[in-house]
Amino acid sequence: MKIYGVALLAFCFLFGKLLGNYLGVWIGLKSDVGGVGFAMFFLMISYSYFKKKGIVKELTTQGIVFWSSMYIPIIVAMAATQNVKAAVSQGPIAVVIGVLVTLTGFLLVPLISKIGQTKNEK
Amino acid sequence: MEVVYQLIEKNGLIFAFLVVGILMYLSNLVSTHLFKKKIPGVALAVFSGLLLALLGSKKGIADIPLFAGMALLGGSMLRDFSVVATAMGADLSKIKQAGWAGIVSLFSGVFFSFFVGVLLAFFLGYRDVESLTTIGAGACTYIVGPITGSAVGASSDVIAISIAIGVVKTIVATIGTPLIAKKIGLDNPHSALVFGGLIGTTSGVTAGLAATDPKLVPYGAFTSTFYTGLGCLLCPSVFYFALRAFV
Repeated sequence: MKIYGVALLAFCFLFGKLLGNYLGVWIGLKSDVGGVGFAMFFLMISYSYFKKKGIVKELTTQGIVFWSSMYIPIIVAMAATQNVKAAVSQGPIAVVIGVLVTLTGFLLVPLISKIGQTKNEK
Repeated sequence: MEVVYQLIEKNGLIFAFLVVGILMYLSNLVSTHLFKKKIPGVALAVFSGLLLALLGSKKGIADIPLFAGMALLGGSMLRDFSVVATAMGADLSKIKQAGWAGIVSLFSGVFFSFFVGVLLAFFLGYRDVESLTTIGAGACTYIVGPITGSAVGASSDVIAISIAIGVVKTIVATIGTPLIAKKIGLDNPHSALVFGGLIGTTSGVTAGLAATDPKLVPYGAFTSTFYTGLGCLLCPSVFYFALRAFV
């Protein structure tokens, strides 16, 4: 049943968020720290475990696949609900800093990717 | 017409499905026939979403009552739910392999964003430590900015600027990632993990990767989800005190 997949996804989501929120409280922040990351981790582990055990059926998988394929439309909706006007209207300061900082991040990608990969080769 | 408005307002989420579906269909048409698929349809759809957001203000197009459902579809609950779902296709061994690079990228991402932001703010005429810290934090993400700003007691216009910087960063990551991906070697899970840790704004990272190659989304999302927390932790404390010692 597809709902089994959706339910597994929901469980991982809530459990991960819970852990993220507790981690947030623990380090003195009120926000969720890494909740989505934990949830993704749980889903990867539990899904591969159930698959090995043969509990996961095709239809169960479809329940998760549906939601992962809704990802891009959701991102489009998210883009349409950002405060773009504020970003543009704060004038050049915000735009200059925002653009340069992001470009710095882009340029660091090949550098740090390299560090990781040489480590793996050893 | 009254009946139509009421129907749509009552079924906002369903209407949002229809709106986004049409938007994506049109974007794919334009991508195929006008750009010969050189600019991906997803990138065009996200970009036209950003343009539509200009019709409103704080909540973008969702400020118009007819499109209020877009805020639910594009809100953090469904976004995070579907991001988690993408993990099903991710390879755990690749994440383990890139573990160290991911952690290095997170710390250097927050560090460089903050200090590049501070440096630029300094050149643009800001001198007080509180404003510099807040602007540097805004250069991390639009959540780190206001949290740091209120923690160190910055003025509200500086906090507004810090949010704006974070939003600009999201937009630049969204539009810029597919354009620059090849040049920075962003074509495998390893570099996507590093990318997520360096850029950090989850919405920008995931939207940018979706427009580049949807297979990379879970890896970038994985690291970027820790970024805002790390930024909220470091900016108002360690970085703030470090700046106070210098300025």
